[in-house]
Parts: sequence; structure tokens; C-alpha cells
Amino acid sequence: MALTVGGGEGRSIRGLIRLLAGAAGILAMLALPQPALAEGEILGGTLTYRAGDERTPIEGVSVTVSQNGTEIGTAVSDAEGRWEVPVPGAGSYAVSLDIATLPEGVTLTDPTRAELPNVAVIGGQRKVVIFPLTEGEGSVAGGGVSVYVRVGALLVAGLKLGATIALAAVGLSLIYGVTRLVNFAHAELVTLGAVLAFVFHVPGSGPGWPLILAAIPAILLVAGFGWLQGRYLWQPLRRRGTAVLSLMVVSIGLSFALRSLIQLTFGGQPAAYPDFAGQPSMIVLGVPVVPKHLVTIAVTIAVLLLVAQFLQRSRTGTAMRAVADDRDLAESSGIDVDRVIQVTWVLAALLAAIGGVFFGLNESVSYDMGFRILLLLFAAVVLGGLGTAYGVMAGGFIVGVVVEMSTLVLPAELKIVSGLVILILMLLIRPQGILGTRERIG
Amino acid sequence: MDWIQILVAGVLATVGPVTAGYALSAIGLNLQFGYAGLLNFGHVAFMLMGGYGTAMTVEFGGPLWLGVLVGIAAAALFGLLIGIPTLRLRADYFAITSIAAAEVLRLVVRSSWAEPLTGGVFGIQGFAGDFHGLNPFPAGLYGLGPFVVTGRALWVIVAGWVLVLLATLFVARIMRSPWGRVLKAIREDEDATRSLGKNVFAYKLQALMIGGGIASLAGILFAVEQQSIYPASFEPRITFIVFVMVILGGAGTIWGAVLGAAVFNFLFFGIDALMARLQANVDWIGAILSPAEAGLIKYVFVGIALILLIVFRAQGLLRGRDEGLGDAT
Repeated sequence: MALTVGGGEGRSIRGLIRLLAGAAGILAMLALPQPALAEGEILGGTLTYRAGDERTPIEGVSVTVSQNGTEIGTAVSDAEGRWEVPVPGAGSYAVSLDIATLPEGVTLTDPTRAELPNVAVIGGQRKVVIFPLTEGEGSVAGGGVSVYVRVGALLVAGLKLGATIALAAVGLSLIYGVTRLVNFAHAELVTLGAVLAFVFHVPGSGPGWPLILAAIPAILLVAGFGWLQGRYLWQPLRRRGTAVLSLMVVSIGLSFALRSLIQLTFGGQPAAYPDFAGQPSMIVLGVPVVPKHLVTIAVTIAVLLLVAQFLQRSRTGTAMRAVADDRDLAESSGIDVDRVIQVTWVLAALLAAIGGVFFGLNESVSYDMGFRILLLLFAAVVLGGLGTAYGVMAGGFIVGVVVEMSTLVLPAELKIVSGLVILILMLLIRPQGILGTRERIG
Repeated sequence: MDWIQILVAGVLATVGPVTAGYALSAIGLNLQFGYAGLLNFGHVAFMLMGGYGTAMTVEFGGPLWLGVLVGIAAAALFGLLIGIPTLRLRADYFAITSIAAAEVLRLVVRSSWAEPLTGGVFGIQGFAGDFHGLNPFPAGLYGLGPFVVTGRALWVIVAGWVLVLLATLFVARIMRSPWGRVLKAIREDEDATRSLGKNVFAYKLQALMIGGGIASLAGILFAVEQQSIYPASFEPRITFIVFVMVILGGAGTIWGAVLGAAVFNFLFFGIDALMARLQANVDWIGAILSPAEAGLIKYVFVGIALILLIVFRAQGLLRGRDEGLGDAT
């Protein structure tokens, strides 16, 4: 990346260039081989289940592909568990697995996902559809799934999604608290965390460490990136007295540049972490639950409690709250505001990256994964109160659960609409958020 | 390296329907952002409303002229719906809601649930025959030297640029009226304007709806030109491209939006043509970038351009109200 600048405009420009060069450096490491495209569009997959450490293919399971209720084709899995249905072109298809054809003792890991209503196929793609299967106790295999099981499964799914939202939204809210900037590039920190962990984790792109180990350098690198942008982009702009409206435009530009760079280096296709993929579920209180989802929720709650302790007890945390409350007063009582803001950037980026790794673990890694949940981050922040920490933590989980529960009444592809509904309802009823204090507005 | 071809690609893009459409969109955003100070990060939704309003009306049996009116009205209505809950609040809430609403709108339009109405991911085709039937230019090639267009393209270009001229004159006229002066006063100091008894909320809402109506013409122009409309044409990146155009040309100036659209598209398509040729002809670039990746470079450039413009021309171009943290410490 070659950037030339004529004339010395001082440290802020050099800082910006160092920042951009740093970002490019991080992203240059992500160059991955692109998969070759096959002729014609095909939906297919391999049906296996895990017994102990061994994967057993399942033969004779019927999978049907349809579009707008019109059946396109049906395939039955072969001796290796493989099935394929050629489709007429790019578009959105519904793929359903006939639970009745599953052998005795095998069940879907997530019983709500026997039908995937909206599988997108792009031109020339051989789209792999995964139905995670597991050895079931027979409690939910076959027949209709009870409302209790469905609600229970959605509650876990919502808390798991809420974990990522809460981790990322707290940082977004803290940044707003200390700098009055709504950082539209925050979602890209989530993406960066997940993508960097992928690079360290997947053999062929990096050292091939186990995911838990790979997550550590990824999260630290993103935290470093948070420090870099705080120090070399936002601090110089603040010193120049740039209006907050302009700062928001800068942040949306940064978001767009980062997202395009990640797309350029990581590629446009989603990918999954090999570790913990297709983990068999266990039955908790009659609801099938994937252990990694429980770990996600538990670790997130632990991390958020630590953050709360930090804000409540430590000197820096107290200073952070003081700066958020009244910047001038905090500064005049001897708090180093610039240092507090830098700590906030590092903390916010760190939390977002942790959320990103969990998001990648539970869904998949893609260049726009952060942007797709940006709306939910905003919903959580507005629900909890812009600038607050504890309200936003709760807001994140509430938004996650509401979004997943909304699939009880909405088509799954439209569940994100419920995030917008929360956002607009809060703005109409209580714009300061559930825990925010009322201020004079407008 | 064929520099002439790169230049021709840039120039054709600059005078073509693409620039006319983007100029219309930029004129709308300039009214909202440049004059009224509204941080509309969901601008592409107004274009979507215009295009789909037109296409769906024709699809359900209406004439094309009615479709155009429906498209404009739909965009203004969208402005009303997102403006009411947010414009009484601080500027950031409007920015947050607009980007969220635009993305949700695109997802709803492309969903299989809405497919009976919108055609889902496949969109709607073949609804603008009436417009192309009015084409006064006989089929054939028109042009000067290396710049050649078909009669069909020429008709779209002429219609597009007439719309751009009308929209610019319209904005110039309303900004010289008392209404326009109040709008600029709100941008400079909202509280002072309110203390003079002006209904700030109503003015902002009107600016949002009028700007949205103008931007809807961009969506209509693109849809009519292509005779087809897809949700994938209304991705969020369009919004940021239009922002770069407005700020590049000078936010809050009459001709800035048109100038910004022209200069931007010249650079944008010039870079695209340049990258495509570099990728094909320069070995080491071809080795690191696939053709698709070379096509992505221009989007990285859009984001960085937005940052650099604000960093180097912050106060001079934006003229946004300082929201309180600007005081140097």
C-alpha cells in the first residue's frame, strides 16, 4: 500500500498513515487461497454423526430442495452419506431433511433446523448444506417438536447470540460515554477478531493452533488495533476539534474501508472453524443444547462480571465512569482523560474481538459478519442507554433472545426485523434506555 | 497499458446514466445532510423505494407514469416513518436508525416472504417499455471520436441529465426561499432557531422527505434504464459512495452534488478500469489479485476517501454544528 502525502500537516496525518498501514499489515496476513468454482449450481452435503471420536456416514436419508413451495429435487444419501441436488441457478432455496428417514438413535443436533428455509446459492457455487446430527436418546427424534423444546432451544440460541451482542455493545457504549462518538466501525472489530482467530486456527493459512489458543493472539491483535485507532486516528481528530457529526462520517468510512479490505483478503465466502464443528448436543432439562453454546454464555457472563468489577472497583474504571459522566469535571479533578480514553478503546476492541470469536464459533466467519449484527448492537445500546455499561450488557442479552424468539412468529430470514422494532420502540418510548438517566434532548 | 481506454471508460461513466443517477441521489442527500445537517446513513433505502415503487406499480398493471409518482411518494413516506421517532432526538439516533432501517428494508424486499410482491432475490424485470418506446433517437450509434453510445443509451442520458438539471434548480430555488433559510439556520444553531419559534422538527422532517423524494428519482432512473431491479443493487455501499460525492463536491452548495458525482465517477470507474488492466497485464499484480479482487480495490478507496476528505477538509466542507466535544483540551 503506497500512500504519498505532500506537505507536512503535522502529527495527525502521519498518525493516520501509520494507522492505515498498520491495518493493511494486519489484513495482509489474511490472504487465503480462494476455492475454485465448479460448473453449475449444486446444493449438497455429507450426512454423518459422531459417535465418540469417529464420524459415521448415514445412508438412505432423504433431503428435499424446494423453492417457493415448488419441489426442485430430492436426493437420498449414499453409502458415504453424500447427497447432491442440482439447482437451476443462483437464488434462495429451502432445504429440508426428512426426520422419519433417519436411522434409529440418530437425531438432529438442533431439532428446529430440520428445514432450512433460506439457503442462498450464488452463481457457479456448490453450496454445502450441513445438518448436524448426533446420537439422540430418542426424546426429540421424529414427529413434531413440542413448544417447550422449541422455546427452550430458542432461549439458548438467543442467549448465545446475545452474548456476542452484549460483548460488542458494551464497548460501543463505553466509547460513546467517554468520547461522544457513535463508532460505526465497531462491528468491524467483531469481524476482525473472528477472522484473525480463523487465520491462526486453520492449517494452511497460519500456524494451525487449536481454536482456544488461536483466539488469544487474535483478541490481543484487535485490542492493539483499538489502541492504534484511538491514538492515531481519533485522538488527533479530537485535538483538532472536529465536530462529532464529522467523526461519525469518518467512522462509517473506516467501517467501509475495513470491511472491503477484509473481503479482499479473506474472500466473500463464509467459513467455519474446524474445532468444535458439529458438536453433539446434550439434553438439559429436556432441551437439546450444544455444549459450546453453554460455554459461550457462561464465559461471556464471567467476562462481563469482570468488566463490571473493573468499572466499579478499579481506579481506571472509576475514572472511566467519571469521564463519561462529565469530561470537563473529570479533567479538572486531575484525571488523565486521554489515558482513560485509550484504555476504553483497548477494552472495547478486546470485548468486541471476544464476541467475534464466539460468533464465528457458533455461526460462521465471514467478512460482513459484524456488519450484519451492527443493527442489533445499536438496538442493545439504545435499549440499555447510550453511554451506560450495565444497561447495555442486559440489553445485549434481551435483544438476542427477542430476535431468536421472534422466529416463533416471523420467518427466520426476517428475524432481524425485530431488532429494528426494539430500536424504534425504545426511541419512541424511552430514548434514554432502560437504565439511562433522563437528559434534556431536542 | 492502454491509457486511452482507461480514460474513455472514465469519461463515458462520467457523462453516462450512472453519473446522472448518482447526481440525483447526491442532490437529495445534499439537501438532507449538507443543508439540514441530517446524518442519513440509510440513503440507499430512498433509492430502493423509488425503484421498487415504480416497478411494482407497473407489475400490478399500472402505467409507468403512475409508477414514478408512487415511487417518489413511497420514498417520502419512508422518510416520514423513520423521521418521526428519531428527528426529535440527538443527531446520532437518526444516524443509527437510518442505517438500520435501510438494511432491514433490503432484507425484507429480498426475502422469500415478500417474493410474491417484490420478486425476492430475482427482482422484477421488463416494466419500463413505455419509457423506451418514447425514445426519439433512432437506433444506431452516436458519438464523438472514441466516445460512442447507442440511441437507447442516449435517450436515458438525456432524460437523466434533464432530471438532474431540474432537481438542482428546484433545490436552488427552495434554498433561496424563507424555508431554505430556516433550514440553514437549524444546521448552524438548532437551539437558536427553536427559540425564534420555528418548529425545528417539522423542518427537518420536510427536508428528509423532499431529499428522499429527489433521491428516489435515482432509483427510478437506474431501474428504468436497466428494465430490471434487484435487491442486490441497493447494498449499503451505495450510501457511502453518495456521501463521498456530496462531501467531495462540497456539502451545502448548489452544484456540489453534481460536481462531486461527476468527479467521483470519473475516478471510480477510471480506477476500476486501471485495476482491471493492471491485474491482466502486470505480472506481480496478477499474481496477488484475482480479477474479482482487483474489482474490490475501488471500494477500499471509497472508504479511505471518506476518511481523508473529513480529516483534511473537516470544517470547511461539512459546516456541521459542533456538538460539544469539539472544544480543544
